[in-house]
Amino acid sequence: MANLTGLSIAEALDGLARREFSAGELVQAHVAAMAAARPLNAYITETPERAIEGAKAADARRARGEALPLDGIPLAIKDLYCTEGVPTTAASHILDGFKPPYESTVTANLWRAGAVMLGKTNLDEFAMGSSNTTSYYGAARNPWRRTGDNRPLVPGGSSGGSAAAVAARIALGATGTDTGGSIRQPGAFCGIVGMKPTYGRCSRWGIVAFASSLDQAGPMTRSVRDAAIMLRHMAGHDPKDSTSVPRPVPDYAAALTGDIRGLRVGIPTEYRVDGMSDEVTALWRQGIAWLEAAGAKTREISLPHTKYALPTYYIIAPAEASSNLARYDGVRYGLRVPGGNLREMYDNTRGEGFGAEVRRRILIGTYVLSAGYYDAYYLKAGRVRSLIARDFASAFETVDAILTPTAPTPAFAIGEKSDDPIAMYLNDVFTVPASLAGLPAISVPGGLTRDGLPLGLHLIGRAFDEETVLRAAGVLETAASFTAEPQGRWSP
Amino acid sequence: MAIDKATVAKVAALARMRVPEAELDALTGELGQIISWVEQLAEVDTTGVEPMTSVVAVDLPRRPDAVTDGGYCEKVLANAPQGMAGFFAVPKVIE
Amino acid sequence: MTAATIQGKTGPWEMVIGLEVHAQVVAKAKLFSGAAADFGAEPNSQVSLVDAAMPGMLPVINAYCIEQAVKTGLGIAGAINRRSIFDRKNYFYADLPAGYQISQYSDPIVGRGAVTIDLPGGVSKVIGVTRLHLEQDAGKSLHDRHPTLTFVDLNRSGVALMEIVSEPDMRAPEEAALYLTKLRSILRYLGTCDGNMEEGSMRCDVNVSVRRPGEDLGTRCEVKNVNSIRYVRQAIEHEAGRQIAILEAGGGIDQETRLWDPVKGETRSMRSKEEAHDYRYFPDPDLLPLVLCEAEVARIEGSMPELPDAKKARFVAAYDLSAYDAGVLVADRETADFYEGVARGRDAKLAANWVAGDFFAFLNKSGKALAEAPVDAGRLGGLIDLIGDGTLSGRLAKEVFEAMWESRESALQVVERLGLKQISDTGAIEAAIDAVMARESGKVAEYRSGKEKLFGFFVGQVMRATAGKANPALVNDLLKRKLGG
Repeated sequence: MANLTGLSIAEALDGLARREFSAGELVQAHVAAMAAARPLNAYITETPERAIEGAKAADARRARGEALPLDGIPLAIKDLYCTEGVPTTAASHILDGFKPPYESTVTANLWRAGAVMLGKTNLDEFAMGSSNTTSYYGAARNPWRRTGDNRPLVPGGSSGGSAAAVAARIALGATGTDTGGSIRQPGAFCGIVGMKPTYGRCSRWGIVAFASSLDQAGPMTRSVRDAAIMLRHMAGHDPKDSTSVPRPVPDYAAALTGDIRGLRVGIPTEYRVDGMSDEVTALWRQGIAWLEAAGAKTREISLPHTKYALPTYYIIAPAEASSNLARYDGVRYGLRVPGGNLREMYDNTRGEGFGAEVRRRILIGTYVLSAGYYDAYYLKAGRVRSLIARDFASAFETVDAILTPTAPTPAFAIGEKSDDPIAMYLNDVFTVPASLAGLPAISVPGGLTRDGLPLGLHLIGRAFDEETVLRAAGVLETAASFTAEPQGRWSP
Repeated sequence: MAIDKATVAKVAALARMRVPEAELDALTGELGQIISWVEQLAEVDTTGVEPMTSVVAVDLPRRPDAVTDGGYCEKVLANAPQGMAGFFAVPKVIE
Repeated sequence: MTAATIQGKTGPWEMVIGLEVHAQVVAKAKLFSGAAADFGAEPNSQVSLVDAAMPGMLPVINAYCIEQAVKTGLGIAGAINRRSIFDRKNYFYADLPAGYQISQYSDPIVGRGAVTIDLPGGVSKVIGVTRLHLEQDAGKSLHDRHPTLTFVDLNRSGVALMEIVSEPDMRAPEEAALYLTKLRSILRYLGTCDGNMEEGSMRCDVNVSVRRPGEDLGTRCEVKNVNSIRYVRQAIEHEAGRQIAILEAGGGIDQETRLWDPVKGETRSMRSKEEAHDYRYFPDPDLLPLVLCEAEVARIEGSMPELPDAKKARFVAAYDLSAYDAGVLVADRETADFYEGVARGRDAKLAANWVAGDFFAFLNKSGKALAEAPVDAGRLGGLIDLIGDGTLSGRLAKEVFEAMWESRESALQVVERLGLKQISDTGAIEAAIDAVMARESGKVAEYRSGKEKLFGFFVGQVMRATAGKANPALVNDLLKRKLGG
């Protein structure tokens, strides 16, 4: 039998269809691998019984000739998605013991397509971070190590557990959420594909909110084709989410023709930033060459407000978060730290329940919305956000996609940047602008650094044109033929 | 705008989060640093630019006026740290 | 009517009053969820996961609530804003699950409007409405169920409210009462709020300040929890008095929120005002701007019923009623419809007298709602028909009406059952007159010698002889003729 944990989703579906193995065997292999890889701390909650049950049902359906499109595919779910009856923590102490009596729309869509859940993956607390080090459940680890250096590295964040799980072959695919790069940056750090679809493509219903105008669900996989397959079964209009867009969901995998002849690809001048490593610059150049070799036309473009994207993001996201996280008050669910009166109970619960980074962002968000500062910060950021979106709109008059690096550096060591919040925020410098504009974007592994760490290439497309993004990503994937795997040393 | 300890304490109170006195200094420094970093937006000319509040270019969807939800008190209260007689319970509030 | 100025120890003062009314929108479901909006259900039984602000829950607006707000806006001559925004108003409270209330701040659904009130003496006054916006209600905190705990019921959490804010245009408690009464009447006509203040579906906060006539506005206090029209009068009276006393003693007014205590009949400072509120309003990123197209507003406008002011004008013109009578009859839509049912094709004035007179006297005494009255518009109309055709005298009609109220019969049935038909047979009346004149020959002589005051005595005697059934007009005519000899 094939190495079941090493398959792509597409390969696994083929194998299941050809009866080369059962869903039960496929899931069993992943359950065992998941247990063996616990030192990665990729999962907060493992749900092996549920996965095995799901596999049984999938095998039964297949035997009856009623197989569903993702029947028996074992997936990891970021622990920001509410899953009925399964603890949902957002990696925060404040959600202690919370078991949602409901299922998020996106996971419900996946289960309806036959996929099964292996467990809930680690993340930065409330998805606030780029390193997965702010989790109340401890840092998740990147399965990759630098050559000749055994220090554990961050998997990126916030969807660090999902990225680590997919890279370590302890899930065939995973869901992530991306607010400012939380799918794409960990995808790049862990050498996998991570896609943030257009804002409004996937329902946000049942996903713990961080910043409502930015949050978007997306797939994290080991191939572009797998991302296309997963996205098709995650996306779709949801009447329960007022910002979900009523558009039909295309067959994304059908877009992977490999033909990008004549595709116009923009290379934004402003993305050549200080602090970007030579290797990242070199990979970017390589990516341009790959696309041109496949018949695309690349050209220099200008996105003049790029520089302001990060500060804009660090006003808007904390502002929305400060309000979204007001509901964690110890009254209806989660942690309650008693106090002499209601006020003290609030102060204690929220003071102890939130970790340092979340507290920091709630304070920033509260401050920028408070009387006397709203216009100078929040309103100003909203106006600059309009300008950033306009930059993209005018760029897309002359190009069909934009190519950039995913992150300015490869994965760094745990604890390396934790003393300087702004240095940490700079990880998202290439991913945040597309988030602010709500555009679809993908990170594809492009190669390894000299010391053996993966780097990602980043493609941005027009709103709701995930197909072009996927098609170009598929070409990059083929050209890069990224076959490296993490070394498999999960021990501490 | 310089942020001082008193401001941080006031904002923390507004956000209902106890911040230990010992952490206040460090936090004041960090917040001050972040706020002065985001203040670079002041240099952008946004004259006549409407703030972007939503990315989605569709009309606000509306739901018909029909009772389709609720009626599951036990579900609503299932996760409550303290509940009694079908209510949520909190330390007594004096108005 | 309270005078426009009130006399303090040191001279006259003027009250300046503005009202903020929270009116619960009549709708089956809540503003942003599909849970029921009914009153009085078991605790937490009408709560969706959205209303309980569970993680990841999102609002979707109720189409009918938008329509109701537009309708109300049109009913108070308000400017309908084609684009409005839902904002989050952030504050912490046990019965506010999300830690914010979805409301409208800078861009409400309805802008400036006006409500006309009728002051005594036929004078009317226009009270400006600043705005009307849609927002969610909070849940309910129960402080008296447990010695150390407050209980929270979220049934009301998310119920749609319209907040209607007036300009500070009122100058006396009575004007505030008239404004509130008129606003409630409009809401009820439109069917957009049931106006039931006891159940809390209409609530009122009062802003009061005082100033020397002609001077600038004074510092105002907001008095909350004023939940009946009577309390509105009392609270304003008390609050203005309190402020005048402070100012006359050389003190200053603190701008603050006060609570009306209906038991003590006074306003008091709220204890939980530790810090100034900072609501950090910002547009709710879970929602998009609400855009109303012209056709939609026109369609709603086309569905509007006739409102009290228009109806009153029509009653005055079409039925020749006094402004006062018309005002009484149009105060609520049911009464107006009832009246029109009675008046149509009949003597409108007589119908008005009957509806506003005996009918309401009986209705009030019985404590019944109009719809439950044993005499409906058709039967009351039938009674008036019998007066019109001379079958019943006014006095008999009252008797018949009383019987109709008891038995739920038609006027004709009562008349026949009790044999109350008026005697209009000249022969029978003449016979009765002759008998009386024969018996009272002395009085006849006195009358004829000029003591004409005795005429009433003879009428009484004849009526008594006919058991009150004689047609009074005929009795008069015939008596005059016979006594005149």
